[in-house]
Formats: sequence, structure tokens, C-alpha cells
Amino acid sequence: MQYSRKVVEHYTNPRNVGKIENASGVGEVGNPVCGDIMKMFIKVENNVIVDVKFKTFGCGAAIATSSISTEMIKGKTLEEALELKNVDVVNALEGLPPVKLHCSVLAEEAIHEAIADYYRKEGKLTEEEIKKKCKLKKPHCAHCGE
Amino acid sequence: MKSIYLDNAATTKLDEEVLQEMLPYLRENYGNASSIYELGRESRKAVEDAREKIAKVLNCKPNEIYFTAGGSESDNTAIKGIAKANKGKGNHIITSKIEHPAVLETCKQLEKEGFEVSYISVDEDGILNLDELKNNIKPTTILITVMFANNEIGTIQPIEEIGKIAKENNIYFHTDAVQAVGSVKIDVQKLNIDALSLSGHKFYGPKGIGALYVKNGMKFEKFVDGGHQERNKRAGTENVAAIVGMGKAIEMAYDNLEEHNKKIKELRDYYVEQVKEKIPYIKINGDMEKRLPGNSNISFRFIEGEGLLLNLDLKGICASSGSACTSGSLDPSHVLLAIGLPHEIAHGSLRISIGKYNTKEEIDYLVKNLVNIVNRLRDMSPLWEKFIEEENK
Repeated sequence: MQYSRKVVEHYTNPRNVGKIENASGVGEVGNPVCGDIMKMFIKVENNVIVDVKFKTFGCGAAIATSSISTEMIKGKTLEEALELKNVDVVNALEGLPPVKLHCSVLAEEAIHEAIADYYRKEGKLTEEEIKKKCKLKKPHCAHCGE
Repeated sequence: MKSIYLDNAATTKLDEEVLQEMLPYLRENYGNASSIYELGRESRKAVEDAREKIAKVLNCKPNEIYFTAGGSESDNTAIKGIAKANKGKGNHIITSKIEHPAVLETCKQLEKEGFEVSYISVDEDGILNLDELKNNIKPTTILITVMFANNEIGTIQPIEEIGKIAKENNIYFHTDAVQAVGSVKIDVQKLNIDALSLSGHKFYGPKGIGALYVKNGMKFEKFVDGGHQERNKRAGTENVAAIVGMGKAIEMAYDNLEEHNKKIKELRDYYVEQVKEKIPYIKINGDMEKRLPGNSNISFRFIEGEGLLLNLDLKGICASSGSACTSGSLDPSHVLLAIGLPHEIAHGSLRISIGKYNTKEEIDYLVKNLVNIVNRLRDMSPLWEKFIEEENK
């Protein structure tokens, strides 16, 4: 498996590993059967993500995509964070092997789920509105389709 | 950084003495073994000497040994060749669920061509279910192919019993012995083996060379059409240097078999004991008695194998895993699933295969790093977090 310099750097020294006690929002995606789970914790103040942490069970690419995506959304507004696409994560990592692209999708989904969780706790939006705003998909595994 | 090589089931380092035996055949002795002049005759003699060395180890006749390009070609030749040459007698083949892809994919290809294949399960220790094997025998069964020892979990199969069952039922018996040759004494006559595959680079010989033993009098179709080489069964100019190297390597392996096995088994047992002592929540995969001396396969719960391998690689340690991420497919190892491991535990497996060049210092270095890496990956794992929370409830 050929990983880019950037991927190696991130799985060697992942940023923002851990959890946030009393997080504003928590998102968990993936499943152990497929070998990837990502859990994203965010702390939101005045509509801005002031802190973010992650826990990931998965391969080097899963760890690297989790790590870099936390860096990419820290300090961003919720709307800006929701704009982050998996392709942006891939580009920031200087590419991923084709079989690992689903890891970047998981990172995008974990962020969306964490923000949706924040909105639910906030209680201002209906579930339908949250689903639309956070582009929530039915939970699924990018490779086994479950 | 110094590299610590602990993946001897994948391949082994070419022995220096083997290399020295090979070098003349890559330099001055370049003759074609089929040519009639002196230069060619020298090559012919070298090829036939190597054949005799292999035959001696397996206790068969030299003319029952055919050289191939490796283990996969030997498996393909044996299984397809025997099936096709004997389809007048029947179309049913029996194999196991834990075979190497060289056997499994060959069987799947034969299914597409009208053969019927039964895949026999193994128990939770990775040993073939003999009763299931017996119950699957039909009047149309022409071939049983079961590996001698497994490449992932190192389990040694009940070859003598399978050979007996095959003989009693008048069925041909092939075994993929790629992992076993170099570590296990094999007598094809005593074990009733009709065909056997082996590969040079698994016992400190060169890559790209293998051999197939086929008992005389047994029908099998040729695999490569062309010249008359290898008793007209496998065309192509002989890879003389590699054949010489494989012959030397097998001779050396069996001259020192007991000493070699004792040394690597001691190191393997030391590694397993150290891991048991220092890392909790592990699962040792495969029977620990009926097992190749250098093989260990351990699942570290709550973490994924590729992350483990990448971190070991950063410390210069070469190893292998049965996780999906390292297999190039989407599922974890079919062998670990066959012994009943749930997916998430199969994903966290680590195969350490010890060879003759490894030392106790290397195992200490491995264990020290493994403890740190497993702790770090568990700290990062949501599965570990959940487990600890539930433990503390």
C-alpha cells in the first residue's frame, strides 16, 4: 500500500486524538465488521467549532483522514464545516489509494453526524431540517453497503 | 534504520551459501540444459542433481519431480491437470476452506468449467474436520486437495489420515506443502500423497522457482505447451540457477531440520509468552501444538491490523496481518473467518513468522514496541472506549 507523505505524517502523529467531555455534538459512523469506526466530538461556541477531537478504529488511512479533517474544521463555523467534502480531505492528504477513498467519506459523514447531534441537542430545528442541513445519509458502510 | 524481518511465511532471505551455488549458473555456466555440447550438459547435470536432492527429501523418485515457476504454478498444474485428465472417472473435488488462493481460485475456476467442489470446514483451532471430509466423498470424487500447513495460522493438517482416506476410496490426494517444506519431515510414500507443491523461496532459496511431485503412473494434463522439457509436462528452458538454488536450499534445510525447528520454536514460544504476559485482551489463533514452529497469529482486540503494521514498519519491523485493509479485498482473512473469528477480531490480527536469522533481541524489540503501539491504538479506538466504559459500570 503506497501512502502519501502527508498520510504517513498523520497516522504517525495524529492530531486531536481523544474525546471531549460534555461535547456539544458527537458523531459516530462506520461499523466494526468492515473494520472502520470513526467517532467525532465537537465543542461549539457562537456557531463556531472551537474544539474537535476524534477516536478511530481503522487502518492508517482512516486514522489520517480523521486527523486531518479535525484540523480542517477547527475554528470554522458550522456552515463552513458542513461544506467540507471528502475530496477536500483527499486533496489535503495529497491523495489516497483508490481502495481507501471510503475512509475520506467516513470522515465527512462523521463531521455531519456530529453537527447534526449538536443541532438536536440545541432543539431549534426539526429532525427533517437537520437531515437536510447536515445532508445526513442513511448509515451505511461505504464498502459492504450495509 | 535496521530492518527486523519477521515475515518469513511471506518469503525468506536467500541463504548466502545458496547464492554461491547459484552464481556460476548466472555467469559462466549459462548453457541450455537441453543442448548436447559440454556447456549444456553441465547445466543438465546441475538440474538433475537438484531434482535428486528434492526427491531424497520427499522420499520419491527423481523422475516424479517437475520444476515449475513456484508454488502457485505447482498448485494450478496439479489440480487442473489431475482434474482434467481424470474427468472420465468423475467431476468432484474436495478441498478445505482455509486453502491458499492458489488452490481456492483454481477450484473456483474448475467450478466454472463444470467441476463440482466441496469446501470442508475446519474447527476453531484451524484443523480440518475429517468426518466432514469422509461424508463428502462421492462415487464421482476424483481428487482431494488439502494444504499441509496453513500460511496464516500455521496449523498442520492431518495429512496422514487424509492420505489414508484418499487411498481407501481410490481418490487422488494433492497437498499444497509450500509452507511445510523446510519445517516438516515429509515422506510422500508413508503419507500416501499422490501430488505435492513446494516453493523455493520459503526455505531460504530463490523466488520464481517451485516443484511439483506427481506419483508415477498418475494421469495429469500438461500445463505449459511447447518443448519437451520436464518429461513433456512443462515446456520452457529450465531456470538452471534457480533450480540449483532450490536444490541446495532444501538440502540445507533438511540437514539442519531439528536444530532449525528447535531454535525458531523457542523464539516463537518466547514471543507468545511475552505477549500473553504484557498485553491483555488478545486471542491466539490456531492450534499451538499442531503448528509450524515459527508461526504465530494473535488478534489484538479493539484495534485494526493495518494500523498496527504501519506503526511496526515505522520501527523497522516487517510483519503481516489478516485485516481486510491489508488483504487488498474488503473482507478480513478467509482463514480467520473459517476458524470462527468475528470480523472485528479478525481485522486485528498480527502474523509474526520467525526464521533462522531472527534473534531473541529482535523479539524483545518487537514486544517492547508492540506494547506501546497496541496501547496507543487502543487509546485511539472507540471500541476500546466503549469496552472500558462497560467494564467500569
